[in-house]
Amino acid sequence: MRVSFTVNGRRETVDDVWEGESLLYVLRERMGLPGSKNACEQGECGSCTVYLDGTPVCACLVAAGQAEGREVRTVEGLADGDRLDPVQEAFVECGAVQCGFCTPGLVVQAHDLIERVEQPSDAEIREALAGNLCRCTGYEKILDAVRLAAARKAADR
Amino acid sequence: MTIPLRAPRDIAAPGTGRVGDSPLRPDGTLKVKGEFAYSSDLWMDGMLWGATLRSPHPRARIVSIDIAEALAHPGVHAVLTHEDVPGRKHYGLDHTWDQPVLAIGEVRHQGEPIALVAADHPETARRAMDKIRIEWEVLEPLVDARRAAFDPAYPQVQERKNPARHQPVRVGDVARAKQEAEVVVTGVYEVGIQDQAFLGPESGLAVPAEDGGVDLYVATQWMHNDLKQIAPCLGLPEEKIRMTLSGVGGAFGGREDLSMQIHAAMLALRTGRPVKMVYNRHESFFGHVHRHPAQMRYEYGATRDGKILYADVEIILDGGAYTSATLNVVGNAASLGVGPYEIPNIKIDAYGVYTNNPPCGAMRGFGAVQACFAYESMMDKLAAACGLDPVTIRQINACKQGSKLATGQVIEAPLPMAEMLQTARELPLPPPLDPTDLRNLPGGASQTTHGEGVRRGIGYGVGIKNICFSEGFDDYSTARVRLEVIGGEATALVHTAAAEVGQGLVTIEAQIARTELGVDRVVIHPADNRVGDAGSSSASRQSYMTGGAVKVACEAVRERVFELVPVRLGRTYPDLSLEGGKVVSASAGVLASIEDVLGEEVIEETREFHHHPTTGMDPVTGQGSTHTQLAMCVHRAVVDVDVELGLVKVVELAAVQDVGKVINRVSVEGQIHGGSAQGLGLAVMEEIVVTGGKVRNPSFTDYLIPTVLDMPPMRLEILENADPRAPYGLRGVGEPPTLSSTPAIVAAIRDATGLDLNRVPVRPEHITSPAAP
Repeated sequence: MRVSFTVNGRRETVDDVWEGESLLYVLRERMGLPGSKNACEQGECGSCTVYLDGTPVCACLVAAGQAEGREVRTVEGLADGDRLDPVQEAFVECGAVQCGFCTPGLVVQAHDLIERVEQPSDAEIREALAGNLCRCTGYEKILDAVRLAAARKAADR
Repeated sequence: MTIPLRAPRDIAAPGTGRVGDSPLRPDGTLKVKGEFAYSSDLWMDGMLWGATLRSPHPRARIVSIDIAEALAHPGVHAVLTHEDVPGRKHYGLDHTWDQPVLAIGEVRHQGEPIALVAADHPETARRAMDKIRIEWEVLEPLVDARRAAFDPAYPQVQERKNPARHQPVRVGDVARAKQEAEVVVTGVYEVGIQDQAFLGPESGLAVPAEDGGVDLYVATQWMHNDLKQIAPCLGLPEEKIRMTLSGVGGAFGGREDLSMQIHAAMLALRTGRPVKMVYNRHESFFGHVHRHPAQMRYEYGATRDGKILYADVEIILDGGAYTSATLNVVGNAASLGVGPYEIPNIKIDAYGVYTNNPPCGAMRGFGAVQACFAYESMMDKLAAACGLDPVTIRQINACKQGSKLATGQVIEAPLPMAEMLQTARELPLPPPLDPTDLRNLPGGASQTTHGEGVRRGIGYGVGIKNICFSEGFDDYSTARVRLEVIGGEATALVHTAAAEVGQGLVTIEAQIARTELGVDRVVIHPADNRVGDAGSSSASRQSYMTGGAVKVACEAVRERVFELVPVRLGRTYPDLSLEGGKVVSASAGVLASIEDVLGEEVIEETREFHHHPTTGMDPVTGQGSTHTQLAMCVHRAVVDVDVELGLVKVVELAAVQDVGKVINRVSVEGQIHGGSAQGLGLAVMEEIVVTGGKVRNPSFTDYLIPTVLDMPPMRLEILENADPRAPYGLRGVGEPPTLSSTPAIVAAIRDATGLDLNRVPVRPEHITSPAAP
């Protein structure tokens, strides 16, 4: 089948998509956007988190056809050229990145949190990131990064 | 050579950080932008997808395999079985060669690879696999590790006989000490199977090359050791297999064994097309070895005032069907079986066995984790029996510099264990439970309690871990460093085969190069096998070994720069150094910029770094100076337990660790945090549940790893007592916290509940119905 949707502001169309393909597969293997990660492909780890019409979803749980005509924003669409989004910047600065496989999903999820909540408490950050597994960091530096990004964002407001 | 899209390339290391600073990761920006290419992200025009048919049975004979229908499936380009393995039919770590590349006539564990398919779409490959017809003769699986260890009548699992290894340790006279002991405590402990659960699945790309060889882009911990197994199995000389490390999504021991490497190469060579393989999470649970489950029996005798007189220990580690790292895991469990305690009379017997349970091998902590849970539980039991507190009993028996391990090895570097325990005890405690916010309670937002039935407990754990390979292994590393002027600036290029698996090795490679060469600009070349062996990214050894190799290679480059000084400046100086981009004489001051001295010269040096030699373990007494370096972490855990529902909330983890020298504080903290989290997982949630050799929970739905809600805030005290033999005095950091956090948390749960809790992970039913199995 043909699937057509907007990705990071650009209209993309792909042909010969098998009906069973997920949005994640189409992004990674057909649109050249492998930033969203394939850690579990069962909606448990959050590493494939993308925005679908502005709401974070696990791209592995969305059938490609469900994205038809909609707007998708992936981790590749957060930075402004070479200028990192404050969340991305904070993740690098705070040491929140080790192997980095969980990072794209966490960055999108944290990006959504600090868009919605101006100065999230630790409990709010933990609740918001509870669906994103990280195996390397023990989450301490991820929390540092989200706190820093939120503080910077608040200062800019 | 045809290069795939997103193949690894040189990365400039940002900043100017030297040893002791915390510059940003060279790969950090790529990773946060989603542009870092992991082994599952590779893509090549015309590539096929490979898939692996695996055994549903833990033990069965294969009467026949019929691939005809699968091969005829539209879109399928190859279906391969063991008959198609071009060379040696078996591979394996440590020259054991006991694991079939593809099953031959029988399977010995659930998930054992049987056949391979290459197709133009992953779903096509999956459907074709369904058309492979296998006639089975299903056999009763051999799953009793104790019988495998002791019962000569128990059937053999494979050609190598049980036990795979029995390592005794004998010190003093345990029989006599048993007569003298005033206090005796015993314990029977069990550790379940833990999974590395790295997030990046096994994956990679094999590209057939014009010379009949193959280019492999894979995620592994040790390329050169992979190659030693891949080449004979493919029937190719090593030089025809070019390996490049692609982005590795975590490892933790799970990538020490081969997974898809030979399989993808076989499919690529057969089809003449690039072949990509990516396991999904379900397959990943069968695609790598796990941490050995353990059954352990301990008996300690002591004086009434708490001085341990003897230890009598039996440890059985179930390695599953194939050897993998079992032999060395047994060595660790035996040599560190009683941990960092001075005990005059010791009898340890550690066994590794073959069964039809899931194959087990390397995982962070490697044999020391299992023993640590038992010996630390014993220390608490002994404390209670002697009327002492948990910290004091440990301090009374603590090893220190000059003490002997169970193996007789003298601890030569500083080991301030008693002081570390004191520090852990004196750290401020977290505030008492605030039940007004439900999120603080065990069960959290599930609202399982409003504070009733919740009890707090505190526990301690100490772990000692060998760093680098042990028992006489020369696990050297190699580094190539090139210094030249590029775009007007002196630039160091660092090239090793060492696997960056997330730990931050590439960051400290740059820091070391800057420190030794006095330059700011460092570029990290992708790891591949066009440079010498770096050894494995395991045993917490890469900072020591590859850090050491980069250091000595830089020193050799530096000497060559110094040799240019008389050529450029017309005279010699005895006291040169490279600092801040300058060639400096201690007596004459700044002589010239490094760029001016280098000119057009390109200096390249390759050096190996070897750690000091170790010995094997005596086969009868276990004695020997077997370990390269020892590292310690002390944990204090605070937990809240809902004793009515058996739910545990870890409130705080505090860690005191001696890292010898902080090379990069952010990385050191990250290792301690992450290692502690994996220990927490083993303490309260992580287990591959196996019944009759079959895995019951191969998914992240059913195999739980800690989330951000499970991990408490951590308080760290990082000590720097240098190990004089190590580069910069550093100690490996990654593993020790994985040892000590598990027993600390379980001790805290015991403190809260008064229960025995002799098995990890501790499940709710162990708390609510302690008699339950």
